[in-house]
Amino acid sequence: MPAAAPLHIKSNHFTDHSIKMTSTTLPAFDATGFDALTAGVSEPDWLKQLRREAFEHANAMQWPERRSEEWIRTDIRTFQLSKFHAPVALETKPETDTIHQLVDGVDLGGRIETIDSQITQCELSDELAAKGVVFCSLSDAAKSHSELVREHLFSTFDPDHDRFAALHTAFEKGGQFLYVPKNVVVEQPLHIGSILTDGGSDTTHTLIVIEEGAQATVLHEYNSVDSKAAGLHLGGVELIQKANSHLRYVSLQEWGHKTYHFAQQKALVGRDATLQWTIAAMGSQLSKVNQSVDLIGKRAECQVNGVMFTEARQHLAYHTQQYHRAPDCRSDFLYKSAQQDQSRSVWRGMIKVDPGAQKTDGYQRNDNLVLSEAARADSIPGLEIEADDVRCTHGSTTAKVDEEQIFYARCRGFTRKEATRMIVIGFFQQIFDRISIESVRDALGDAIARQVREYD
Amino acid sequence: MTHVLKIENLHVSVGDKPILRGVNLTINHGETHALMGPNGSGKSTLGLAIMGHPGYEITEGSISLDGEDVLEMEVNERARAGIFMAFQRPMAIPGVKMADFLRHASTNVRRPDRKEGEDLIPMREFRKELKDKMSHLQMDVEFARRYVNDGFSGGEMKRAEILQLAMLQPKFAILDETDSGLDADAVRLASESIADIGHQKMGLLIITHHDKLLEHNPPEFTHVMLGGRLVETGGKELAEELHQHGYERIRNAYPDAEAANQEMLAEEALA
Repeated sequence: MPAAAPLHIKSNHFTDHSIKMTSTTLPAFDATGFDALTAGVSEPDWLKQLRREAFEHANAMQWPERRSEEWIRTDIRTFQLSKFHAPVALETKPETDTIHQLVDGVDLGGRIETIDSQITQCELSDELAAKGVVFCSLSDAAKSHSELVREHLFSTFDPDHDRFAALHTAFEKGGQFLYVPKNVVVEQPLHIGSILTDGGSDTTHTLIVIEEGAQATVLHEYNSVDSKAAGLHLGGVELIQKANSHLRYVSLQEWGHKTYHFAQQKALVGRDATLQWTIAAMGSQLSKVNQSVDLIGKRAECQVNGVMFTEARQHLAYHTQQYHRAPDCRSDFLYKSAQQDQSRSVWRGMIKVDPGAQKTDGYQRNDNLVLSEAARADSIPGLEIEADDVRCTHGSTTAKVDEEQIFYARCRGFTRKEATRMIVIGFFQQIFDRISIESVRDALGDAIARQVREYD
Repeated sequence: MTHVLKIENLHVSVGDKPILRGVNLTINHGETHALMGPNGSGKSTLGLAIMGHPGYEITEGSISLDGEDVLEMEVNERARAGIFMAFQRPMAIPGVKMADFLRHASTNVRRPDRKEGEDLIPMREFRKELKDKMSHLQMDVEFARRYVNDGFSGGEMKRAEILQLAMLQPKFAILDETDSGLDADAVRLASESIADIGHQKMGLLIITHHDKLLEHNPPEFTHVMLGGRLVETGGKELAEELHQHGYERIRNAYPDAEAANQEMLAEEALA
């Protein structure tokens, strides 16, 4: 069949080319890749040592056991580390102007953009810099503010938590560092945009330190260059809040739908400090995130607003922990998730209260809206309370969109799709009502609206 | 042109159970029809079948609006064509504000060709209209900020349905017990509001047990449904008779329909 011949040749050519690319030019997550990555960065010895240890630990570790409670609902057999490469320098910078979603109409105080773990933009207003605010790459900070970084880095992220955490620690690149000095109030939000190209890797670590009496708002989003993009994110977030500090941290995860996302995202909240953490997850093929907030000083407070929306065959697993380690603290976690197509979300929450954490007020809730027959939501709330004078409540609901609601809306001229979209957005409204940043509410509303499908 | 809603020989089943067994009814724009009948006779079924509820299967007969086949229309197309029903038990839609819901609904109905995502009625214009209509209905503006029927009392739900009637200005409206569950004052207010908004301005099909509503909205026609059929049609004096004396005469006069009605009630009780 002569007509097929050119195609055959072309496909051969393409295959050869891609093999050559991976075998000769792109470093793997192995010893050669590790040496190449560390050779390319200049950093303090303590950090080099930390990486080295983490790399050795990663090599000694197995992938998580499927039988363990932590992974029993999340199947990672499709994940192959060998399909990804360690972060490499970009050959050409893709157009990213339209990718960021949280910046519309926002007067930013500074911004950092990374593409495949490479810093492509790093700005901070002169005014904030003059006040002593540091907002730069983690690698620069490790040199310029070595002791500050050393004191806080991995103070709550555990590099030995699992092999993903160890690999993150060993191969970390392109991370961001924010430091807000004592009593400095940063009014303008700071923006972090982490971007993945198709097939790229992101190992960024975000370290945020808010000193006593200081305040800041950080908008952090994770996007791929297109919604179908493959990629790997081995991530870490650490939010360290000293006494009486106030932080609003927003993270919007919209990786491409062939991307793997493994991360620990943790906060330490000091005495009288408040944290409002909005976390939205709509991207990736598979996500496994451990989110925790430790309330370590008296009267610390945190509010977590979680939004998950899954489609196709996505699997998003969020394990959250609100850990009361001091008395008189409040934690309020509300996660709302909608699932469509054959997707699945897992939410496993835990309120943990230490023996000394009397007068704890802990609230934990997960509501699910299952939009198709084949979708699934696992919701596992939990309590582990060792103090005797506490108020802890938890709950979870899982429901389907009610056909009677849809009929009612259609009787008012709404199409089925419009009705479904409205009901789904309404479902998330309770979360939006809690978010005080308009651009975040708008972006989340848009992101959710985009994703609602046509249902028959 | 006078709009006409025409129902001919309508048979409707739920599952394999026949509920309506040949209903004929023609409503001209501007007319008020009362639909009365004992419980379980099929009154709400007629309303839901006209709107196109997916649980109600039309096994025979036709419904047309100005000659157009209503049965061929999607539920939302019927609404946009000008058919409205005030629900006996409207659904709550948590997280969706009444004002937003009504702005979408009003735009959809006023611009039937509107595609999703196209512009809505301008906010200022809509707000003004909504505010005017709400004050006319003696409703607190705060109501517009509440989520649709979410946590509403029975009376609030009925008033919200009347507000929707006022905003959507349909050609034909089916009011399914819009006066039930209300105290005397609320019934009077609802009756006056409906008279103000709809009487002689729409074709009204009023399903009711009360005489208050009909006092304010005197029907040109009263239909009595029994066992899924309209067994008798008269003027407003028929409604008055039924209010005073109940359905005893009707039940005795139409034993077949009464038997069907008892059967349907028994099945409803089992379900």
